[in-house]
Amino acid sequence: MSVSAPDIPAKPKRGFRLDLKTVGPLLALALLVLLGISLNENFLSYNNLTNVLARSSFIGIIAIGATFVITAGGLDLSVGSMAAVIAGVMIMVMNWLIPTMGIGWGVVIAGMATGILLGGVAGVFNGTMITRGRIEAFIVTLGTMGIFRSLVTFLADGGTLSLNFQVADVYRPVYYAGLLGVPWPIIVFALVAIGGEVVMRYTAFGRYCAAIGSNEQVARYSSINVDNVRLLTYILQGVLVGVAVLLYVPRLGSASSTTGVLWELEAIAGVIIGGTTLKGGYGRIWGTVVGVVILGLIGNILNLQSLISPYLNGAFQGVIIILAVLLQRGRKNA
Amino acid sequence: MNSADGTPAPAILSANRISKSFGEIPVLFSIDFDIKPGEVHAIIGENGAGKSTLIKILSGIEQPTSGTITYDGQTVTLPPDGKAEGMGIVLIHQELNLAEHLTASESIFLGREIKRFGFLDIGEMRKRAAALMDTLHVRVDPDDRISTLSVADKQMVEIAKAISRDARVLIMDEPTAVLSVGETQTLFEQIRRLTARGVAVIFISHKLDEIMELADRVTVLRDGQLIATVGTEALTPDSIAQMMVGRELSNLYPPKHEPDVDAPVVLGVRNLSAKGVRDISFDLKRGEILGFAGLIGSGRTAVAEAIVGLSHRTGGDIALDGKPVNFTQVAQSVDAGLAYMTKDRKGKGLLLNMGLRPNLTLLTLDKHIKAGFLDGSSEDRALERAVRRFDIRARDASVAVGRLSGGNQQKLMLGKTMESEPDIIIMDEPTRGIDVGTKQQIYHIIAALAAEGKSIILISSEMQEVIGLSHRVVVMREGRLTGVLEGAEITEAEIMRYAAGIKSGNDERISA
Ligand SMILES: Nc1ncnc2c1ncn2[C@@H]1O[C@H](COP(=O)(O)OP(=O)(O)OP(=O)(O)O)[C@@H](O)[C@H]1O
Ligand SMILES: [Mg+2]
Repeated sequence: MSVSAPDIPAKPKRGFRLDLKTVGPLLALALLVLLGISLNENFLSYNNLTNVLARSSFIGIIAIGATFVITAGGLDLSVGSMAAVIAGVMIMVMNWLIPTMGIGWGVVIAGMATGILLGGVAGVFNGTMITRGRIEAFIVTLGTMGIFRSLVTFLADGGTLSLNFQVADVYRPVYYAGLLGVPWPIIVFALVAIGGEVVMRYTAFGRYCAAIGSNEQVARYSSINVDNVRLLTYILQGVLVGVAVLLYVPRLGSASSTTGVLWELEAIAGVIIGGTTLKGGYGRIWGTVVGVVILGLIGNILNLQSLISPYLNGAFQGVIIILAVLLQRGRKNA
Repeated sequence: MNSADGTPAPAILSANRISKSFGEIPVLFSIDFDIKPGEVHAIIGENGAGKSTLIKILSGIEQPTSGTITYDGQTVTLPPDGKAEGMGIVLIHQELNLAEHLTASESIFLGREIKRFGFLDIGEMRKRAAALMDTLHVRVDPDDRISTLSVADKQMVEIAKAISRDARVLIMDEPTAVLSVGETQTLFEQIRRLTARGVAVIFISHKLDEIMELADRVTVLRDGQLIATVGTEALTPDSIAQMMVGRELSNLYPPKHEPDVDAPVVLGVRNLSAKGVRDISFDLKRGEILGFAGLIGSGRTAVAEAIVGLSHRTGGDIALDGKPVNFTQVAQSVDAGLAYMTKDRKGKGLLLNMGLRPNLTLLTLDKHIKAGFLDGSSEDRALERAVRRFDIRARDASVAVGRLSGGNQQKLMLGKTMESEPDIIIMDEPTRGIDVGTKQQIYHIIAALAAEGKSIILISSEMQEVIGLSHRVVVMREGRLTGVLEGAEITEAEIMRYAAGIKSGNDERISA
């Protein structure tokens, strides 16, 4: 066949192509930082930044799990309620263990293990209902969202579950202390993000998630075990909720029916702002990290100034989400 | 074609020095093209020659980079997004464009619903849809959901939709690629009926005999250049093919090398039953090309999918190299050296939004893992190999596969299947939408694989292909195996007899 002008043989091309979808979130982040600096000289202070990032890390760690779920064409609405119920059970288990194990790290570690285990179990439940039960992810996780929320209310008897204050003292450094001045939540967030990015881009699992989200039939015909990969994304999501909660519990030392309310929406918003497509097929972890930090900074900046009421936080976040999706679409048409 | 009084009719739609680039990449170079009322004008050319791009420009879906469009004697800018339909220019896409969850009647009247007192007149639409289906001889109920229809029926619904829009120019991009011979004839009847009414028809096909039969004029594109526009009477299939590829095409089919008489049976299927098929038994020998012929919907794909574990087998036994196997997942059959290449490249074969590399290696990602991580350079090497071996042409490897021309998508899918280095390959319509030059390449690849000792099941609705390549031919009809033909029995007439149910294996046995 003759060599044709328009159709040069395919050559793998490596290179960095700048497009709006890639630089969009970074640009937004840079603008927010500039805005923050211009509004308040304290914005760049160590205290302010670690404070913002540490608070963002709960949502961030959950959102990294959500990136996998969404990339594979799924959705998990239950993460906020799941976080609350895990926090509640963790606190109960730790309190309950004090008579046998005494006050100390033993109890705390047992509590942490319980949190991660519970998250995994909740993920298995969500994932199994979705893959084996063949029920829409939206329906299943809407259901478990209600179940988990009412479970924590029930366990707390409508009030608040509080961790024994001596154990809480032992546990506190997990949120408030850190390494070389960086609080633990930020360190864990960073590690989970790096791990997530590597898994998403450099493992078969990550590739399979994108393939399934892009076209489930093609994945099936390509000998991918679609159900297992999907199930794994929900388990990963559950475990990461567990990780987020074990960093969260030492912050307040309590859990109630209002713990983790709307976390699922913040996590999904972070994922979408970061450039992952909501209907699946394409996901990027670093984008999610940027997205979550953007959401955190909006709240922070509103708190640092006095012109606009901080109560409008939700409105600004909403505008950013819609803008992010508009930008994504702009590229698709180009 | 001339109008009734003998003077040449003026063109209804014409493209004047049209060029088109996607970004930096030129795809069409200064093309002149016109179509007259009542004429069938065929566009042919190799995969990626720019045929689909040209007709997208002629229907407003794409805007030309330079050049003008004249419609009805006036220079116009065609409105985008299919709004040119309102002006009487209707395009039926290469990729069917129906909303899957609508009913046939709803999709025919989509965007042009018939209303009474402001409300949808569902009864009237259903009645008219039924009448249209009747004239097209299709057995589609107006209330059938599009998602439940076969590809051929979907195509017919598209055509009904076009007819219902009073098209003055009807443009069809490879409409017959998914149609059986009978359905193609029905379509041609309709096209002739439309041209008799003065409708101008632009028609793209890779099947040269169809072009010879239907077209009044033929325009040949090669690499985005206009090679010639000629009257069909001045052409032979050979001369067209030569114009298309720019060289002489001899030996479309490679010589057949019969497998050894005592070649072992690598795949034995006994009394296989699954959804849509019953009681299928056949053997595949080492080094053999076993053709599967039959009408579209005769159950050939269902047999293949049941064998590789894509669909549930309700009965029967399958043996690989004499050992019974039971695949419940595709991964198992791939591991056992048995690969299936689907005919539905857009729905089941390729991830259209992704690049070439992830598509090529998706089936065999395990091969590209080093210490638990994907090895990008090993994937790149695989892509380079496949690009060379199957002559895949794309702007670059990162271009979304959905933007490749149909033929290049098909070649990529072939590459993907062959990545698993199977011993037995089931190819389902491997040359659908592929130009003759590439077909020849693929036929030689298939024959070479067989000569190497691989065994091939070739499911094809192109009779010539089955005849030209297969050592033996299995014919299916309505979910059953009706005959196995060998040697000199493999003729078009004989295959048709079994496929149409005039003859069946039982008669054979009785008469023998
Ligand atoms: N939207 C697009 N963006 C970039 N390149 C494109 C786009 N659409 C088509 N092309 C390129 O333009 C060239 C011509 O494609 P086109 O689809 O017109 O070919 P074709 O003649 O219809 O081929 P086939 O017979 O395989 O359908 C190809 O190289 C294709 O990759
Ligand atoms: Mg085309």
